[in-house]
Amino acid sequence: MRIDCPLCGSRDMREFYYQGAAVALARPAPDAGEAAWDDYVHLRDNPAGQTRELWHHEAGCSAWLVVTRDTVSHEISKVALAADVKEAGA
Amino acid sequence: MRIAGKGLIDRARPVTFRFDGRSYDGFEGDTVASALLANDQKLMGRSFKYHRPRGVLTAGSEEPNALITVGRGAQADPNLRATVQEIYDGLEVRSQNAWPSLDFDVMAVNDLAAPFLGAGFYYKTFMWPAKFWEAVYEPIIRRAAGLGALSGKHDPDRYERAYAFCDLLVIGAGPTGLMAALTAARAGADVILADEDARMGGRLNAETGVIGDQPGHAWAMGIVAELSAMPNVRLMTRTTVTGAYDGGMYGALERVNHHAARREGVPLETFWRIHARRSILAAGALERPVAFQNNDRPGVMTAGAVRAYLNRWGVSPGKHVTVFGNNDDAHRTARDLAAAGVHVAALIDSRADVLVEGAEFPFYTGAQVCNAAGRKELEAITIRTASGEQAIQTDCLAMSGGWNPTVHLTCHMNGRPRWDAAIQAFVPVPDAVPGMIAAGACNGVFSTHACLKAGVDAAGEALSALGKKAGSVDVPRAEDGAYAMEPLWAVAGKGRAWLDFQNDVSVKDVKQAAVENFRSVEHMKRYTTQGMATDQGKNSNVAALAVLADATGRGIPETGTTTFRPPYVPVAIAAMGAGAQGKGFAPQRFTTSHRASVAMGAPMIEAGLWYRPSYFPKAGETNWRQSCDREVGYVRKAVGVCDVSTLGKIDIQGPDAAKLLDFVYTNMFSTLPVGRVRYGLMLREDGHVMDDGTTARLGETHYVMTTTTAAAGQVMRHLDFVSQCLHPEWQVAFTSVTEQWAQFAVAGPKSRELLNGLLGAEIDGESWPFMACGPVEVSGVQGRLFRISFSGEHAYEVAVPARFGASLFDLLVKRAEALGGGAYGMEALNVLRIEKGFITHSEIHGRTTAFDIGMGRMVSAKKDCIGKTMAARPGLVEEAREQLVGLKPVGAVRQISAGAHLFDAGAEAVRENDQGYVTSVGFSPDLGHMVGLGFVRRGMAREGEVIRMVDHLRGLEADVEICHPVFLDREGERVRG
Repeated sequence: MRIDCPLCGSRDMREFYYQGAAVALARPAPDAGEAAWDDYVHLRDNPAGQTRELWHHEAGCSAWLVVTRDTVSHEISKVALAADVKEAGA
Repeated sequence: MRIAGKGLIDRARPVTFRFDGRSYDGFEGDTVASALLANDQKLMGRSFKYHRPRGVLTAGSEEPNALITVGRGAQADPNLRATVQEIYDGLEVRSQNAWPSLDFDVMAVNDLAAPFLGAGFYYKTFMWPAKFWEAVYEPIIRRAAGLGALSGKHDPDRYERAYAFCDLLVIGAGPTGLMAALTAARAGADVILADEDARMGGRLNAETGVIGDQPGHAWAMGIVAELSAMPNVRLMTRTTVTGAYDGGMYGALERVNHHAARREGVPLETFWRIHARRSILAAGALERPVAFQNNDRPGVMTAGAVRAYLNRWGVSPGKHVTVFGNNDDAHRTARDLAAAGVHVAALIDSRADVLVEGAEFPFYTGAQVCNAAGRKELEAITIRTASGEQAIQTDCLAMSGGWNPTVHLTCHMNGRPRWDAAIQAFVPVPDAVPGMIAAGACNGVFSTHACLKAGVDAAGEALSALGKKAGSVDVPRAEDGAYAMEPLWAVAGKGRAWLDFQNDVSVKDVKQAAVENFRSVEHMKRYTTQGMATDQGKNSNVAALAVLADATGRGIPETGTTTFRPPYVPVAIAAMGAGAQGKGFAPQRFTTSHRASVAMGAPMIEAGLWYRPSYFPKAGETNWRQSCDREVGYVRKAVGVCDVSTLGKIDIQGPDAAKLLDFVYTNMFSTLPVGRVRYGLMLREDGHVMDDGTTARLGETHYVMTTTTAAAGQVMRHLDFVSQCLHPEWQVAFTSVTEQWAQFAVAGPKSRELLNGLLGAEIDGESWPFMACGPVEVSGVQGRLFRISFSGEHAYEVAVPARFGASLFDLLVKRAEALGGGAYGMEALNVLRIEKGFITHSEIHGRTTAFDIGMGRMVSAKKDCIGKTMAARPGLVEEAREQLVGLKPVGAVRQISAGAHLFDAGAEAVRENDQGYVTSVGFSPDLGHMVGLGFVRRGMAREGEVIRMVDHLRGLEADVEICHPVFLDREGERVRG
């Protein structure tokens, strides 16, 4: 598997560290309540299909990436810098 | 027997090799199988279960019978195929699974017991008593059944892994692959052409057909010559593409040096990872045997293999050959043999309405071979025709049940092949692997001309996907006959008709599986073991499921296939793990004081990837404790020097640097004055402690953070996460400077005295109070000084650019020794910190909270930070949690051991009564007893209580007293002194 890093180009997956679902970008406010925090820290969807994931280009440019990937076909349809996604408000 | 004038071997280069201790002659270009057949040695192995004598069945990597071990001792390679192994002078080959010899194998007695050993025998028989399985049954079965054995020794051979990239990977260099590669290469694409054979050409090397006006093999050589002259083409022979993976990745095994004696510096095998933007699978097809009674006798082989031995290697596997098939292709074998002057005893075609014009041999239509006679060598066959049964004397039977397209790679990403009734075989579905086009025989296209054209067409399709234009390529003239066949899987009759030669699975076994309701093909496979081991059912899968379909009254498409998974051929673990043995397993990181430490005799221990000195032994010391006690004494009484460069160092700069630190640490760093250091605690978002360390403020917008040695990478990743994923708007940048600075702890009452001899300007208690930091000049070098302490003593850490590290360490140690101190290692460092109750990752092991380690008040109420909300969950702050305490032995046993569990005095040492555990221990020379840290339920309130420590692993039990985790100088007077 290869990931198209927006900064480095197409690189082998072993350069990347896999974190988990990109919901980690949406950190709740401190007073958002137990349910919101439980959701943020612990609960994850397990879709058969499209999923947005966080990968860290640890052995490359250190960028965190939001990778849109299909869990059935493993096809990667989109890779974006997490900072850009966050600043765009997603 | 060798046939004069035939074959692509080099008769000018004779080769001598040994098989089972006997010397054999062959020629360069021979495989072990072709050379043995040339010497009339047909017996090459014993079968897996019944130890039946077996000869070679095929001429390729799918060979199920002729498995061999090459080499001796630690270099022995088991389970290689005699059909693949090329011969060279000095090659030593042994047959497998026979004792005492291939010719006389005592385990052949299994064959007599066959009525009792059918499918499911093991499952039904070795059920009881249960504990007998591991102790008695399994070892016996493993000895009796089997393939080659590993040497059990460390493999001294060299293996490599390598990476390649291309526009187009062409898998297989037969007519299809060669045309595809040529078309793509002429269009300017970067092409890799991989073939598992030493010689490219595929079936063209095994046939007598003509392409254009040349023999097929000569045409192939011409194409290879053109390709090899092109800079955009890489030809990889002896390279099997073993798997197709996500995103255009392919695994490939190159047998670099199996064909020659070991050469210095040349790996035995290389495992390739190839990234291809597009690929063309031109893997060809594999011929199917026909099941009939005793169809496994040495001398019975596939018709295509007989042609390959004849045309490529100039060998006839028999003197009186019979041919049996259900298709026109088998007729070629009879014709080629006759043309080469070999006696063809009969051609038997199972179809009733076929004609052979001008046949020079007896020809039977509508006939079947129903039995074979001869044990270690075929002697005769029995054929059944409309007029009854008759015997034919023959020493070689060439059989063909039709051809199976080699669809394996198209199934590696969950693709399921489609049944094609016209050729009675599975063919690939399009786009089963994204970017891969199956073409030629592996796509069910069998005439040579059609394959050549398929190669051109596939290349055109791949080129247009790559945005390149194919030039016009002429498809040369070649044979373009139709492939006519009628299905024939198993000949009816008594006795055992073999489907899977490698696993000794017969038609009866498959039918038995159906009777016992193992009707799914996946169940049948596991019940009978059909399709396992090195050939993975390449020769038997389709026939076995045809028999299963028949037995269950279903069609073949409804019965389906088992799943083909990588690798296509066996791959040695050593090849896939190449480079990861010994020191290749993990990188080694050395500090600038490494060489000096080793020279001082220090045993080095691993800390993450780093190596750190355990202790520095002195003459007269007989064990590590003496050294450790002495080194602890340096720090407590004089001055000690220790390399602490392995701690992670992260340089953080920018207007929002303070914001970042306030957010990742539980306590405040924005309020830290410039020129001061503060201890910080970092949580994970789930509220548990991630790491700790000190951070120094060097300027208004400039901090240097230290992390623990082990968590440096994790903390860096975490900072990246916070600054990119949570607060990209903050203006802050950071980088790891761990390797840029060499840093040494100078600790002990004489630390300032030592430093003042080195620093450009003298320091005192006022200019450098506890937790001060700043730039200094160290022997003329610009460095940094931090007054911090991990020992509770008056101490500093001095940092210089790494290139000065080695000389500064020498200087510091010399000066320390002059003051009655010296270097100290990890053992002493550990004792010093335990005495002071300082934590490491033994304590912050991922399940502890700030509350647990007594630092609950370090979570600032004035701000948000990572982990703060979740750390406040009731379950993480309840009084009943296990809390950090000190422990000391008070009973007759003066030992404490890390990992031991704690129980109330008098309570049974069982899990239900667990009160906590010991995390760190050391011997305190100052106190004269062992000291420990650990976690105990409600520990802080239980100071003074004596509890029971039990180390079940080491068989140790002791009474220990719960005490305050700080054993020495609880008021912290020394550190400020």
